[in-house]
Amino acid sequence: MKDNSRRGFMGKAFGGVAAVGAVASLFAMKKSWDPLPSVKAAGFTTLDMSGYKENELVTEKWRGKPIFVLKYTSEMIAAMDESQKPRIITVGEASYLVTIGLCTHLGCIPSYDRKKESFLCACHGGTYDLVANVTKAPPPRALDIPPFTIKGNTLVLGEVGPEYLEMKKNGLTL
Amino acid sequence: MAHFTKATSIKDWLNQRLAIEKVEKVLASEYWIPKNINFLWAMGMILVVTFALLLVSGIFLLMYYQPNVDLAFDSVNYTIMREVGYGWLWRHVHGVAASVVFLIIYIHMFTGIYYGSYKKGREMIWISGMLLFIAFSAEAFSGYMLPWGQMSYWAGMVITNLFAGGSLHADGLVEWIRGDYVPAQAFLSRFFMLHVLLIPLAIIGLIGLHFGALRIPHVNNQDGEEIDFDEESKKYLAGDKAGSKVIRFANDFMAKDMMVVGFYLVFFFYLVFYHYGFAMDPVNFDPADGLKTPAHIYPEWYFLWSYEILRPFSTDIGLMAFAFAQVIFMLLPFLDRSPNAVPASRRGLFKYWFWAMLVDMIALTAMGKLPPEGAFSTIGLVAALVFIGLWIALPVITYFEKKA
Repeated sequence: MKDNSRRGFMGKAFGGVAAVGAVASLFAMKKSWDPLPSVKAAGFTTLDMSGYKENELVTEKWRGKPIFVLKYTSEMIAAMDESQKPRIITVGEASYLVTIGLCTHLGCIPSYDRKKESFLCACHGGTYDLVANVTKAPPPRALDIPPFTIKGNTLVLGEVGPEYLEMKKNGLTL
Repeated sequence: MAHFTKATSIKDWLNQRLAIEKVEKVLASEYWIPKNINFLWAMGMILVVTFALLLVSGIFLLMYYQPNVDLAFDSVNYTIMREVGYGWLWRHVHGVAASVVFLIIYIHMFTGIYYGSYKKGREMIWISGMLLFIAFSAEAFSGYMLPWGQMSYWAGMVITNLFAGGSLHADGLVEWIRGDYVPAQAFLSRFFMLHVLLIPLAIIGLIGLHFGALRIPHVNNQDGEEIDFDEESKKYLAGDKAGSKVIRFANDFMAKDMMVVGFYLVFFFYLVFYHYGFAMDPVNFDPADGLKTPAHIYPEWYFLWSYEILRPFSTDIGLMAFAFAQVIFMLLPFLDRSPNAVPASRRGLFKYWFWAMLVDMIALTAMGKLPPEGAFSTIGLVAALVFIGLWIALPVITYFEKKA
C-alpha cells in the first residue's frame, strides 16, 4: 500500500508538471501562429486625395486588401437620402466613398457599375448602393470603412482619426 | 530473456525475433471476410491504392515545389510541368487522384449507409471513417492553396473567412489562421506544412484506427447477417471451405479485391492521360491576385454539396446550415434509431430516405456549380432545406421502423 501511494504521488506529480508544460507549449504554439511584427508594422497607407476623378472607382491597397476610393459628383450628393449621407468622407472641398473593397459576406471583391452607380458582388449576388450600403442580400452589412485620419489633403489608412471614431460610434462601420 | 536457437533459415531467424508468421496470420491469412459481399466491398482497397498514388506523386512534386508566394506558381506551372522529366505525370496523377479519391469516398460512404454498416458494434468504423473524410477534406483544401493561382488565393480567402463566424466577427481568429491580414507568405508556408506533414500524419493514424475498428465487428455483408466468425473460420480451417461463410483476407478475398482495383486503375489512368482537365481549374492557371476576384468562385466538385447548403441563406443561417452539414453524417449511427442492420431495400421508409438523400446531394452538387441566379437559386434553396429536413426526419422514421 505504501508503495502504491508513493507511485500514486509520483503519477500525480508527473501529471502536474506535464500539464504545466503542455499549457506552456500550447501558448508558444499559439504565439508562433500570430501575424509577425513586420506584417503588423506595414499596416499604414497614405492616399493623396487630389488625384481622383469624379465617378471613377480607384482601387488602392491597404494591408493587402483592396480599398475602394470613389469621388462623388455634386448630382450624386444631391440625390442621396439621410441614410446615405453620413457615410460620405469629406477631404477639403470634395466628397468621397472610401471603403474596404471586400464583400462583407465572404470577402470577394465587388465590381462597380458607373451607369447604375452601384456595386455587385458576383460570388453570391449581393449588391450595394453608391455609399456601399447593402441593397440585396446575402451581405450582412455595408462595406466596411477602414480606420482613417484626415491630414490636410491626404488620408492615412490604419490610423484612427476623429471622423472615423464618429462613424464607428454611429454604427456606420464595424 | 526469451530463448533463441540457431536459425535454420532467414524466415526462422526473423520468426524468432519478430513472429512474422503469427503477424501474417493475424493480418491476412486468418483475418476473415464474409463470402456474401459484392464489388462495393472493394472500395476500401481502392482508397488505399489511391492514397498510395497520392503519396508517391506527392513525394516527387515536393522535390521541385517552392512554397513561396513569388515562386510557387512558376515552380508548378513551369518547373514541374515543363522542365522536370515526367513532372506533368506526377502533377496529373496527384490532381486526378485528389478528385477521384472523393468519388470513391462517397461511394464507400453510401455503401455503408445502404447496408447499415454503421450499426451493431460498427459505430467506430463509421466515426473513424468520417474523421478520415474531414482529414481528407482538409488535405484537399490545403493542397489546393499550393499552386498559388487565382482559385487557390480566393478559395483560401473565402474559406478562412468562414472562421469569422458571421456576426461574431472573429476577425482576429481569421488573421491568426492566416498569419496576415490576407492570405500571403505566412499563409502559404503554414498550409504547405499542413499539407505535406501534419494532415498526412493524421490521415495515416486515422487509417490505422479505421482498420483497427474493423477487427472486432468484422466487415458487414450483403444481408447484414450476424456471422459467428470463430465458428465459421474453424469450419474453413477444418477443410469445409464450401460450407463456411467466410474466406481468408489473403489471398482469397484479395484476389477479387485486386481485380476490382485493376478495373479502377484502368479508369484512373485513362483519366490521368486523356481527361485530366476536369481536375485542373482553368482559373487557377492565372497567378494569385489579391486585387481581382474571379467572376465565379466555386470549390472543387466534391465540396459543392456543402457549399450549396451555405449559399442560399443569409450569412449566419448559412454558416449554421454549413456547420450542420459538416457534422451530421458523423452522428448517423445515433440518429438511426432502428436496430435493423439490413440493406435499405428491406427497411421500409428508410429505403426512400436513402435514395432521397443520394438524389438531394447530387442536386446540391449540380446547383453549387451553377451561378446563384433565378431558378438555380430556388432549386438550391429547396435542396438545402430537403437535406436538413431529411436529417430531422431520420430519427422519427427509423424509430417507427418494423423489426426486419
